[in-house]
Amino acid sequence: MIEEGKPLFLQIAEQIEDSILDGSLTEEAQAPSTNELAAFYRINPATAAKGVTMLTDKGVLYKRRGIGMFVAAGAKDILLGERRAAFAERYIDPLLAEARTLGLDASDLAALLSERAARTEGTPA
Amino acid sequence: MTAVIEVQDLTKTYKDKNALDRVTLSLEPGAIYGLLGRNGAGKTTLMSILTAQNFETSGTVRVFGEHPFENARVLNRTCFVRESQKYPDDATPRHAFAAARLFFPNWDQALADELIGEFQVPLKQRIKKLSRGQLSAVGVIIGLASRAEITFFDEPYLGLDAVARQIFYDRLLEDYAEHPRTVILSSHLIDEVANLIEKVIVIDDGRIILNEDTDAVRDRAVTVIGDAAKVDAWASGRDVLHRDALGNVASVTVLGRLSAAERAELADAGLDLAPVSLQQLVIRLSQKAGTPAETEEVR
Repeated sequence: MIEEGKPLFLQIAEQIEDSILDGSLTEEAQAPSTNELAAFYRINPATAAKGVTMLTDKGVLYKRRGIGMFVAAGAKDILLGERRAAFAERYIDPLLAEARTLGLDASDLAALLSERAARTEGTPA
Repeated sequence: MTAVIEVQDLTKTYKDKNALDRVTLSLEPGAIYGLLGRNGAGKTTLMSILTAQNFETSGTVRVFGEHPFENARVLNRTCFVRESQKYPDDATPRHAFAAARLFFPNWDQALADELIGEFQVPLKQRIKKLSRGQLSAVGVIIGLASRAEITFFDEPYLGLDAVARQIFYDRLLEDYAEHPRTVILSSHLIDEVANLIEKVIVIDDGRIILNEDTDAVRDRAVTVIGDAAKVDAWASGRDVLHRDALGNVASVTVLGRLSAAERAELADAGLDLAPVSLQQLVIRLSQKAGTPAETEEVR
């Protein structure tokens, strides 16, 4: 769940973002508290707090005084925008690098992509 | 924020050896610090001096702004859980907890009772007869239940099995979250405590070689693996911590954070990147500092 070589607060923020993106944490729902995150991931509460602060700064979470942190309206759109912008670098670039090693060119990849996509669409998860 | 511990140019000399060599540190209140380093690096000496169980040769030591020696204003706000804590011959855990309750103003008996149950400490047995793990549990319980404003744990886990250590880590985090205080945790099990500590201090041969936010250190070093010629060309001019080779494949660990462009460049060159754990980083930094292996812990 937690990987090496990457700041923990970023990973905590990403876990919360993932929950918002996959719909398990809906807009206006209460987000887990710093102490809950610390206990669940077994990390320092200050580190968990830093991840939460990052999300409030981005406008993804907001604080209701005395109650806790909540998912902001429009949070999912903010995250979708961010993730789409990073998609090519995160997924396409490594894909191209490996394809090059294997001697596959862009048209081979395109053919493979549509073939695999057709297959997964044929068998709904 | 006012520092709870301030140490300047602290040197401790035994005969002709410097156990601590001009150590300068400032510790903030309300954080969990990891004090890491090899045996004999000076961890226990430093903690002993901060709790007035040992004396500096030179330099300034301030705990809550005062020198700790015979200073009750400082000492009942600090708790030092030693790896080799000595108790009177006929003392039982019950005696040890009763004494701690008298000494520490913030002592929480309910927490102590819960922990005694969780660690299954036999209250009426003489401490001398306890197993190593049970002895460690007594120390851990005193350290947690004292709720001292500064708590030192010096390798508190000796003899504790994996389950008991997890109980300690979980209870430390839980209680710290509710009652924030300064905790200094000295440990060899770096991977086990890496996620618990907010700040990391690495001491090697009596000197501080790292003192930073743990999270800032997580991507501080990186290992690059691939064709030896390419790897070496890339690494030349960088701060190399370690190099391994297998045939014509080399693995080089370098200090320094990589930019996205540098990562892309490496990927294009067909070189792989591997993260460096805190434990690996500490090992590499200590080796680089060039300490000869110590066989005896200097006290």
